[in-house]
Amino acid sequence: MSKLQIKAMEIRKKLLSMIYQAKTGHTGGSLSCVDILVSLYYGVMRINPKDPRWADRDRFIMSKGHSVEAYYAILADLGFFGEAELETYCKYGSRLTGHPTTKVPGVEVNTGALGHGLAVGVGIALAEKMSRKDYKVYVLMGDGELDEGSVWEAAQTASHYSLCNLIGIVDRNKLQISGPTEEIMKLENLEAKWSTFGWKVLHVDGHNIEQLISVFKSLPISRNMPHLVIAHTTKGKGISFAENKKEWHHHVPNDDEFNKAIAELDQKMQELKNYAK
Amino acid sequence: MQNKMAVRAGISQKLLKMAEQDPNIVIVTSDARGSASVEKFFEFFPDRSIEVGIAEQTAVGVAAGLSLCGKKVFVFGPACFYSARSLEQVKNDVAYSGANVKIIAVSGGVSYGPLGSTHHALHDIAVYRAIPNIAVILPSDANQGAAVVEELLRIDKPAYVRVGRNPVPFVYDREENSFHFGKANILREGKDLAIFATGEVVWHALEASKILESIGIKSTVVDIPCIKPLDEDLIIQIARLTQKVLTVEEHSVYGGLGEAICSVLCRNYPVPTEIIAIADEYPITGKQLEVYFHYNLDFKGIVEKAQKFMRRIKFGKIHTRD
Repeated sequence: MSKLQIKAMEIRKKLLSMIYQAKTGHTGGSLSCVDILVSLYYGVMRINPKDPRWADRDRFIMSKGHSVEAYYAILADLGFFGEAELETYCKYGSRLTGHPTTKVPGVEVNTGALGHGLAVGVGIALAEKMSRKDYKVYVLMGDGELDEGSVWEAAQTASHYSLCNLIGIVDRNKLQISGPTEEIMKLENLEAKWSTFGWKVLHVDGHNIEQLISVFKSLPISRNMPHLVIAHTTKGKGISFAENKKEWHHHVPNDDEFNKAIAELDQKMQELKNYAK
Repeated sequence: MQNKMAVRAGISQKLLKMAEQDPNIVIVTSDARGSASVEKFFEFFPDRSIEVGIAEQTAVGVAAGLSLCGKKVFVFGPACFYSARSLEQVKNDVAYSGANVKIIAVSGGVSYGPLGSTHHALHDIAVYRAIPNIAVILPSDANQGAAVVEELLRIDKPAYVRVGRNPVPFVYDREENSFHFGKANILREGKDLAIFATGEVVWHALEASKILESIGIKSTVVDIPCIKPLDEDLIIQIARLTQKVLTVEEHSVYGGLGEAICSVLCRNYPVPTEIIAIADEYPITGKQLEVYFHYNLDFKGIVEKAQKFMRRIKFGKIHTRD
């Protein structure tokens, strides 16, 4: 498991470099969902980077499209496209735009406008039922994204059609761009809301890769309900001075902050390596 | 053949036939199976009929998801909602993604008549024209509507198809050759005036042309079912012939067929052009034909506007090429 923890540190370093070089990006949200993405892509999902459109693959939708840096860094690391291309992120003519696009191998859906991913996930899950396939559909949403009414329309539809292979994940870092979610637009009680909408709700420590993998692998628990995993996370996770700071939603680190952040991540990585030995 | 039929009925009957041969055809609707005439599809193909309730955004998102898995998806619902409420889903999840989703937007224009402006769709051509990678199609009768379905099934691309609600007279006596993607159809020929029309007012343009001929004005009538992509070559060719152009559409005067044609002509072959459309206002209360009457969209109104237009040109009120 420490191998994947080290991997998550590598991804954090990569995404930070992308943002630092491009001078644009969404640092806080990318850092908060790294461990969720690492768990799915390295420990859970059925994928084939050599054949991104393989019909039986599990599907992942990055509904919180602004956390794109973490997503691209992982797809490149897995070999969906060449690692060197990450350096073109957000640069003139690059296909690596600041929100996920299907021009990038491995990206299933164009996202960026919040509240879209879950309905598309419902469509994919319905198609799966029609075609009698058995893949799973994972949709990662931000907690602030749940302000969008379209999420709840789609939630209702998923439960109406008993889509047990649809797994919604909420990156519950409790911050949105303007401040704490509970101040901007109260979300709690999230579990009660999703349960009332007919979803089977589970909680997980969104930075505990072992726990994330074991929860994802246990699904579906219910054969006739969609599943929602509330992943409790910290925005800006991994960089002490970025954690829980709303400004880091899309703050681009300056030279000093970048060097300090990389040093912190290097140190954590070394600790993990030492521990592994 | 009956002399009138709703275009939505032509479309749904055709789709039902096509679905027998093609198991990948799926429909999605938002509590609109009656107004979209797809009850039979629900009855014959329940496993391929997705109801999402009154939730147009979800309907489009779900359709995009289905299409990503190889389904050929037709979304049925009122044009007023599918040109506004779910527009962001159309832009991002369908058009930007190139999803094989056809939006069949029923009861477009003022076909809900006295139900009022919440239910009218008079801005849809304008907004859809400005979204890349989605075709904009307005069939003029039930035969052409059926032909559109067949043609769109051959084309693995997004499309917005706007149809009306009420039975309308036939413009075409058969489906065959009534619709080719990106092409306009010449229905009548005459060298004095060109009348370019789209959707359910095409029949009125044809009738107007007959009356105009009886008073000595010979006109070419062109049905433009495909507003995007637009048959620019044919439009320029006809403008060269007639030197005067009249456009007719059940849409706002802004952003619709008229302005699309003006843009083509201004850039290529400027000639005097008059637009007959709905004024920039919330229309008067009335049935579809009454609203047509009010804004000169019925055949009598078209004749009147054409005559005025010709007179203004004759007396030098409009600048001509020479």
